[in-house]
Amino acid sequence: MELIQQLVNGISLGSIYALIALGYTMVYGIVRLINFAHGDVFMVGAFVGFYAITSLNLGFFPALLLAMVVCALLGVIIERIAYKPLRNATRIAALITAIGVSLFIEYGTIYVRGAQPEAYPSTLLPDKSIEVFGVTISSQSLLILCTSIVLMILLQLIVHKTKIGKAMRAVSYDSEAARLMGINVDNTISATFAIGSALAGAAGVIFGIYYIKIEPLMGIIPGLKAFVAAVLGGIGIIPGAMVGGLALGVIEALVSGLGYSLWRDGVAFIVLILILIFRPSGLFGKNVREKV
Amino acid sequence: MRKKKLVSVFLSLMITSSLMVGCNGGSQNNGTSSSGNNGGGDDIIKIGADLELSGGVASFGQSIAEGLELALEEINKEGINGKELKLVKVDNKSDAAEATNGAIKLISQDQVKAIIGSATSTNTLAQVQVAQDNKIPLITPTGTNPTITNKGGKVNDFVFRTCFIDPFQGTVAAKFAINDLKVKNAAILIDSSSDYSKGLAASFKKSFEKDGGKIVAEEAYVAKDTDFRATLTRIKSANPEFVFLPGYYEEVGLIVKQARELGLKVPFMGGDGWDSPKLVEIAGKEALNNTFITNHYSSNDPDPKIQEFVKAFKAKYNKSPDAFNALGYDTAYFLADAIKRAGSADPVKIKEALAKTKDLSLVSGTLTLDKNHDPVKSATILEYKDGEQQFKTKVNP
Repeated sequence: MELIQQLVNGISLGSIYALIALGYTMVYGIVRLINFAHGDVFMVGAFVGFYAITSLNLGFFPALLLAMVVCALLGVIIERIAYKPLRNATRIAALITAIGVSLFIEYGTIYVRGAQPEAYPSTLLPDKSIEVFGVTISSQSLLILCTSIVLMILLQLIVHKTKIGKAMRAVSYDSEAARLMGINVDNTISATFAIGSALAGAAGVIFGIYYIKIEPLMGIIPGLKAFVAAVLGGIGIIPGAMVGGLALGVIEALVSGLGYSLWRDGVAFIVLILILIFRPSGLFGKNVREKV
Repeated sequence: MRKKKLVSVFLSLMITSSLMVGCNGGSQNNGTSSSGNNGGGDDIIKIGADLELSGGVASFGQSIAEGLELALEEINKEGINGKELKLVKVDNKSDAAEATNGAIKLISQDQVKAIIGSATSTNTLAQVQVAQDNKIPLITPTGTNPTITNKGGKVNDFVFRTCFIDPFQGTVAAKFAINDLKVKNAAILIDSSSDYSKGLAASFKKSFEKDGGKIVAEEAYVAKDTDFRATLTRIKSANPEFVFLPGYYEEVGLIVKQARELGLKVPFMGGDGWDSPKLVEIAGKEALNNTFITNHYSSNDPDPKIQEFVKAFKAKYNKSPDAFNALGYDTAYFLADAIKRAGSADPVKIKEALAKTKDLSLVSGTLTLDKNHDPVKSATILEYKDGEQQFKTKVNP
């Protein structure tokens, strides 16, 4: 029973990692950039959701939508201001810029509203625990899982069935050739940042509902974990990010469940190292060639 | 990971630069010391207060100052051996270097006979050497770290405190669990990044096992974690009757909430690190039912001495006093009592009288100093009921 409970714990944690990892993986797929500011976009999403709920008195879904829209805009602005001028610079320059943007968002938020944490109102969604064969599942973890799955299906539809999705796949495959074919590469990259950041914003709101406490530096660790998840699944591959996120959540829950809770973060990064050594292209790296 | 490295480089730069600023400040202060006046008149005894009146923990310092001022008003109505106490405040800006500067200024420029300060252990430790070198008594109202008064087995003979020390809270919690809650086995969940948490847990374990209890699970987390479900599931399967959780309110709130969701309904208990309104916001009122904390004092305590203090405080400041207000108030009486018994304003005689304090009745309990200059006094146990702290009982050491 304890094992099943730990699996349930791990899957709810993993679905949040998965949502953030999707953004990492999309951006990497298209511009080959690890966007370290992604975890901070997630934090901004959590705060937008919080203020939407407490100050504007919005419900869960309107707040979620608002956070996604604001984060999508933020993602596009970051891309236009910080990354676009460096498109032809070395990759290390772009990476360092990403770290700078990340620190800027973190400490900018502290400057604007202070470092004190906020607590999401707990009455927003029904929080009932369902007991199945001695395993307690909270209605909120089910909600997280469902929202993550819906968003991922939506993402697959966008990538495979729409014009912009086709453009994204083309740019990801060869941006020069795509440009020659008349695809607006800059707009396509902006769209990718918008979609990835919107997902991070959604993850922020869901995180706030589930874990209550939000603060300006909350994006650092989930951001790094999501990066590990993206690499685990194969960076650049959308289903890989989802599976990698869930797998990492379950691994962490099992490590804590065995009594090594202080090793939990260490194990997450050991997974990263092992994957990089033995299977650098990730779990899904070989079978799927399509990258977005 | 790269990012973390960057952050740490940045932080270490900040620390170095703030140290340098501290050095400059110190030399400036020494330079101006000749311009001060000397000692005050014959019927005035000057007392310094080196407190966090601004900066990160300003609310602690301000609360202590309010308590001190109320107490001095009362004390000066009668006077001490025909003399009046006069408070000289300096703001240490919640910064250790500023706290050292403040102590130097109080001693050399204002020529105070004793210093009260500071609210936090770090800022108090920054003044210990100054007080020792100049032979001026230093009393911290709320610095709970054991090394303030006793470093490496050697007592700092001019340094005192009004509050109990960290390990004492663990002992009190263990006694309360066994005698009042009648539990026989307990789980411990600590914040492994905090010395405060480890200290409380070690003394809880020692005392709980000595009284015949059994520790069935010992788990740990690190500050800033957010998901404790896996660890809590493990604790739940060990079937404890009680969970000791000596952490700070941010994580504690999440832990209690997640524990209740997982069906872990047993009593939880912690120390004064829980004492914040944010705790109730994070955990929710319902989840906090059946949880207890040890604290210095409660304004709901029916003890007439406490109620008298609460009334006087409300009359002056129009709000209910918290633990910092109470300890600031008590520190003034602690010092006044020693000056009265010393019969003189000589700092060395005050220090000797302070060390001999015995059975002094104060708002936060009856105070007797042990050989390490640490008070032996009762702790108050509070219970959370629908988000409100209720006075439960007092436990004597």
